[in-house]
Amino acid sequence: MTVPVTPTLLYLDNITVSFDGFRALNALSLAIDHAEMRAIIGPNGAGKTTMMDVITGKTQPNEGTALFEGTHDLTALDETAIAELGIGRKFQTPTIFEMHTVEDNLLLALKNRRGPLATLLSRGVNQDMVRIDALLERVRLTAQRHRRAGELSHGQKQWLEIGMLLAQEPKLLLIDEPAAGMTDQETADTADLLRDIARSKAVIVVEHDMTFVRDLGVKVTCLHEGSVLAEGSLDAVSANERVVEVYLGR
Amino acid sequence: MVFLRNILQATVLLLGMASAALAGAYEEALPKFANDSYVDTDAAIGAIAGSGNPLSIDVVESLRDGRLLVGSGQVFFRRTSGELVNAATGQAWGNQTGELKPVRVNNRVRRAIEAALGSLTLLSSDAAKRLEAARAVFRSRDEATLPTLEKAIAQEGQPHVRNVLESARAAILLSKQDALPIQRLAAVQTLRNRGDQEALALLSNLPSQAPPEVIAAAGNAADGIRTRLAFWEAVQNVWYGISLGSVLLLAAIGLAITFGTIGVINMAHGEMVMLGAYTTFMVQELIRSNFPGLFEASLLIALPLAFLVASSVGILIERTVIRFLYGRPLETLLATWGISLILQQGVRTIFGPTNREVGTPAWMSGALDIGAMSLTYNRIAIVVFAFSVFAILLLVLRYTSLGLYVRAVTQNRRMAGSMGIRTSRVDALAFGLGSGVAGIAGVALSQIDNVSPNLGQGYIIDSFMVVVFGGVGNLWGTLVGAMTLGIANKLLEPYAGAVLGKIALLIAIIVFIQRRPRGLFALKGRAVET
Amino acid sequence: MRTHSLFDRQTILVLSLLAAAAILVPTMNELPPPGSALHLSDHLVPLLGKYVCFALLALSVDLIWGFSGILSLGHGAFFALGGYAMGMYLMRQIGPRGVYGDPILPDFMIFLNWKELPWFWHGFDWFPFAALMVLLVPGALALVFGWFAFRSRVTGVYFSIITQAMTFALMLAFFRNDMGLGGNNGLTDFKEILGFPVQNGSTRIALFVLSVLALASGYLLCRWVVGSTFGKVLVAVRDAESRTRFLGYRVEHYKLTVFTLSALLAGVAGALYVPQVGIINPSEFAPANSIEVVIWVAVGGRGTLAGAIFGALLVNAGKTWFTAALPEFWLFALGGLFVFVTLFMPRGILGAAGDLWERSSQKLRARRSPQPATHAAE
Repeated sequence: MTVPVTPTLLYLDNITVSFDGFRALNALSLAIDHAEMRAIIGPNGAGKTTMMDVITGKTQPNEGTALFEGTHDLTALDETAIAELGIGRKFQTPTIFEMHTVEDNLLLALKNRRGPLATLLSRGVNQDMVRIDALLERVRLTAQRHRRAGELSHGQKQWLEIGMLLAQEPKLLLIDEPAAGMTDQETADTADLLRDIARSKAVIVVEHDMTFVRDLGVKVTCLHEGSVLAEGSLDAVSANERVVEVYLGR
Repeated sequence: MVFLRNILQATVLLLGMASAALAGAYEEALPKFANDSYVDTDAAIGAIAGSGNPLSIDVVESLRDGRLLVGSGQVFFRRTSGELVNAATGQAWGNQTGELKPVRVNNRVRRAIEAALGSLTLLSSDAAKRLEAARAVFRSRDEATLPTLEKAIAQEGQPHVRNVLESARAAILLSKQDALPIQRLAAVQTLRNRGDQEALALLSNLPSQAPPEVIAAAGNAADGIRTRLAFWEAVQNVWYGISLGSVLLLAAIGLAITFGTIGVINMAHGEMVMLGAYTTFMVQELIRSNFPGLFEASLLIALPLAFLVASSVGILIERTVIRFLYGRPLETLLATWGISLILQQGVRTIFGPTNREVGTPAWMSGALDIGAMSLTYNRIAIVVFAFSVFAILLLVLRYTSLGLYVRAVTQNRRMAGSMGIRTSRVDALAFGLGSGVAGIAGVALSQIDNVSPNLGQGYIIDSFMVVVFGGVGNLWGTLVGAMTLGIANKLLEPYAGAVLGKIALLIAIIVFIQRRPRGLFALKGRAVET
Repeated sequence: MRTHSLFDRQTILVLSLLAAAAILVPTMNELPPPGSALHLSDHLVPLLGKYVCFALLALSVDLIWGFSGILSLGHGAFFALGGYAMGMYLMRQIGPRGVYGDPILPDFMIFLNWKELPWFWHGFDWFPFAALMVLLVPGALALVFGWFAFRSRVTGVYFSIITQAMTFALMLAFFRNDMGLGGNNGLTDFKEILGFPVQNGSTRIALFVLSVLALASGYLLCRWVVGSTFGKVLVAVRDAESRTRFLGYRVEHYKLTVFTLSALLAGVAGALYVPQVGIINPSEFAPANSIEVVIWVAVGGRGTLAGAIFGALLVNAGKTWFTAALPEFWLFALGGLFVFVTLFMPRGILGAAGDLWERSSQKLRARRSPQPATHAAE
C-alpha cells in the first residue's frame, strides 16, 4: 500500500468546479479527521451540495486534490467505488426506496457483497435480520418494519435514510440538511443521534438551522461563493463580520 | 465501350464517303435511295449532307421520320403537312398513282442521319437548333462536317453555342488521322476545358496511332478532368447531404422544441408532418376544382393552413393526453405512439391507403446547372425553406415573450413556474408550435416524398436521431445535427451503399450517444440532472 | 404474511393455468370429434402456440421495464434473432427437398446464384449448435449493446430511442440479400424439426406444449430473480438510481445482467415462435412490433410478471378477433388502448386488481384490529 500523504480522513485541497463559466467551487480546501463531526453552513449557492457531489464522485472537479484516508484519489473514482471505500451520503430531500419496505431498505444498505451474482443468490439471512433489528431500534422504526417506505412521515424517512447510512457502516457520513421539515422534538432527537454516531465515525453535516448546529456543538465551516469564508467554533464563526454580512444577517 | 466502338466505325465509314461529296453530288446521290440497300442509303446520306443543296435537310429529316418514299425509280418526301414533294426538283407532286415505299433505316443508317443532320443544321438561324446540331456533331464526330463547323464557328455570336461548336471541332480533330499534332493538342486543351464525362471518354479513348505527345497531353487532360469530376461529385454529394439535412431539419426541428420544453418524446410527431402533407393535398384539390389559376401559389396557401391544422391537433393532444402524463416520459412515449396509430388509421380510412398525388408548381420544376452538377429547383426550394423556418423559429424563440417563456421552461421548469410563468400554458403553446412546424415541414416533404398514411413513420427515427445527436434545448444543435447526419449519410452512400451507409450512421449515433448522452449541444448545470 | 417463497399464491395460480393449457389444448384437439363444441380445430393450435411465445416475450420485457425501469423499444430484435437462429436450423433440415433440390444450399441462395454456404451458416444443421445460438446471439448483442449504453448511463427515453434505432438498423440489414439470410422473404418452407414434420398435428401439439413449458420456466426464473436481493436492487434502481449508486451498487452491472437475461428469454421465445408460424422475415425487427410488446405488458400490468403473460394473451386474442371481424378498426383499438392504459390504468389490469384486493383486505384488517395504521397521514 502507498504511504498516506496526509493523516486526515478526508482531505480536500484547492478544489475548483465550474459549470459553463460559473464557479460553483473556487479553490476550496477542507480537512476532516477520523471521528470528527463538522457542520457546514453558508448561503444558498455557496457550494455545499457541489462539495458533497465532488466527495461522492458525482461531479468531477476541474482541478484540485481530494484524498480519502490519505491514499484514495476521490477524483478518479465513481460513486459506487467511493461508496465502497466507506463514504455514505444522505441527500437534502430524503431519498429512499419508496416501493420497498423499511426492512428491505435497510437490507439493501447493509454492508454485504454488492455484486449481481452475490445478490442473485442471496435472500436475506438471519444474520442480516439481526443487524437490521439493531438498526431499526437505533432509528426508532421497529414498528414500521414491514411498511412501505413511501408511507412513512417525512421525519421517519429522514431517519430511515440515516439508518441506511449506518447500515453501510461507512467511515465518513455526509448528511445534507437532516433537520429540514422536522418538528422541534425530531430535530433535537436527530442532533442526539448524530452526536452518538460521531463517536465512532466522521460526519459532515450541512445545515441551515442554527439551533440545530448549536445543538451539535461542533466545529463549523462557513462556505461562501465556493470557498471557505470562516472556520472555528460556532461562536467564533458567528462573530465573524463577513459571515454575518453574507449569511447570518445583522 | 460498345457505343464508342460503333461511333468509331461510323466515323471511319463516313470518312470514306466524305471524299465523294462534290458539287452536283445531290442529284447523283439521290437515286441511291431507291436501291433498298443500307450501304447505298448510308452513302447517299453522306453525299447529300455534303452537297449544299437546300433540299438536303428536308430529305434527311424525312428519312429519319420514315417520310422519304421511293416509287418507280424516283424519290419523294412527304412534308409534315402531308404534301408530297419530288426530292429531285423540290416541286409538289400531286398525282402519284403507283405504289410508294418508305426508305428503310437501320441503326447504322440512323447514326449517319444524326451526323448529317448535325452538320446540316449547324448554320440554322435558330440558336437552339444550332446548339442541338453542335451537340449532335460532338457525339457523331463526323469529319465531313468539319468545313461547315469551321464556318459556323466563324459566324457564331452566342458564346455558349460557340463553346459547344468548338468542343465538337476538337472532338473531330482529336481522332482525325491527318490532323496536325498542333491542332490535336489544341483539341485536347479545348476538351479539357469542357471537362465533363464525355470529354473524358474522348480523351481516354484516343486511337493508339496518335502522336505520342498528343497521347501524353490527352492523358494529362484526362487526369485533370477526373480530378475536376471527382471534386464536383464530392460537391454534388455534399449538396445532396445538405438537401437531406434540410429535410431532416424540417422534420426534427418541431420535435426539438417539444422535447426541449416538455421533455416528452412525441411519437406522433411524424403524423403531424403527414397531416401537413395531406393539407397540401386538400388545398391542391380545392384549387384544381375551383380556382385553377391559383395552382402556382398552392404551396404558399397550404403553408399557413398546414401550420394551423397540425398545431390544432397538437394542442388538442397536449390538452387531452400529454398534460396528464408530465413527469412520466416513458408513458408519454407510449401514449403518443398510440395517438400516431390512430392518426395513421384515421387518414387511411378517410383518404385511402394509397399514395396521393401532390403536384409541383412550375416554378419548382427544372434544374440549375453549376459546373458539373445539376441542382433541381425543388431541392433548392426545400433547402431555402428549411433554413428560413429555422431562422424564423430562432427569432421567435429569441424575441417573443412565448420564446422567452419556452426558453425559461426548457432551462429550469420549476424556477420558471415559481417566477409566475404559467408553465402548463407554455407547454401547450410549445407543443402547438412544434406540431405546427411539423405541419409546414409536411408541405415541403409532399414535394419529394409519397403522400401516404405512412409518410410520418419514415421520418420519426431519423428525427429522433437528429435531436438526440444535436442535444436538447438548443436549436443550433438541431441544425448542426441535421446537417451532419444528412451530409455524412450522403458521403457514406457511394462507398457503403444506401442501406449499409444508414446502418453505419445509426451505429455511429448509438456509439455517440453513449459517449455524450446529452448530445452535442448539451445544457449543463445542476438543474439539468434532476 | 410476506412470503419470500418462490411458490406464493400468484405463482401457483399462473402455473396451474399453464398446466391446464398444456393438458387441455392437446386433449381438446385430439379427443372430441371435429364439429363437436369442445373440439379445438387444428389451425388454432399453432395460433395459441404463437400467443404463448408472445407471452414469453412480454415476460422478458416486464422483467426489465417493470422491475428495473429500463424501457426497451427494441426487444423484438432479440426475439427475431432467436427466431433467425432457429430458422437457419430449419432451413438446413430441408436438405435436397427444396424447389431447386440442392442438398446444401437453401433455395434463396440458389436463386441469388450463390455457390457455397456462407461461413456463419455452418453448424446450424446440428440442433444443439442452433439451440446454443438461439441463446448466444441475442445474449451477445444485449451484452455488447447494454455494456455501451449502461456504462455511459444512457437512461430513460434516450435508452428507449437507441433501442429503436438498434432494431431499425437490424431490420435494414436483414432486408439486404447480401446478408445471406433470405433478404426480404426471410426463411420459410420449413420441412422438419428434429426429424418431425413441422406441419404435422402431433408436432404442432408438441411445440405448443414445449412453448407452455418454456413460458412456465421463464416465469419461474423471473420470479426467482425478482424475489432475490438482486430483484430488490433492481427495483431500487428503478425508483432511485443514483441512491442505489451511492449505496455502493454497480448499477450498470445490474442493468446489464438483467438486460442480457431478458434478451435470452426473448431469443427463446423467438426460436419457439418460428417453427409454429413457419416463417421468419425482417419485418419481425420492425420498431412498431417492439413497441406493441410494451403495450401488452402495460395492459396486463407492469412489474407483476403474471400481468405480462395475461396482457400478451389478451391483446393478441383481441388482435386476431379484430383483424378478422373489423380490420379497419384494429389500429384504432390498439392506439386507443395505448392512450387508455397510460392515462387511466397505469398499473394495468392486474395492478389495478391487486390494488383493489389490497384495499379491501386492509379495510378488513382495520375492522378486525382497533388500532388504526395512521402513520401515513402524519
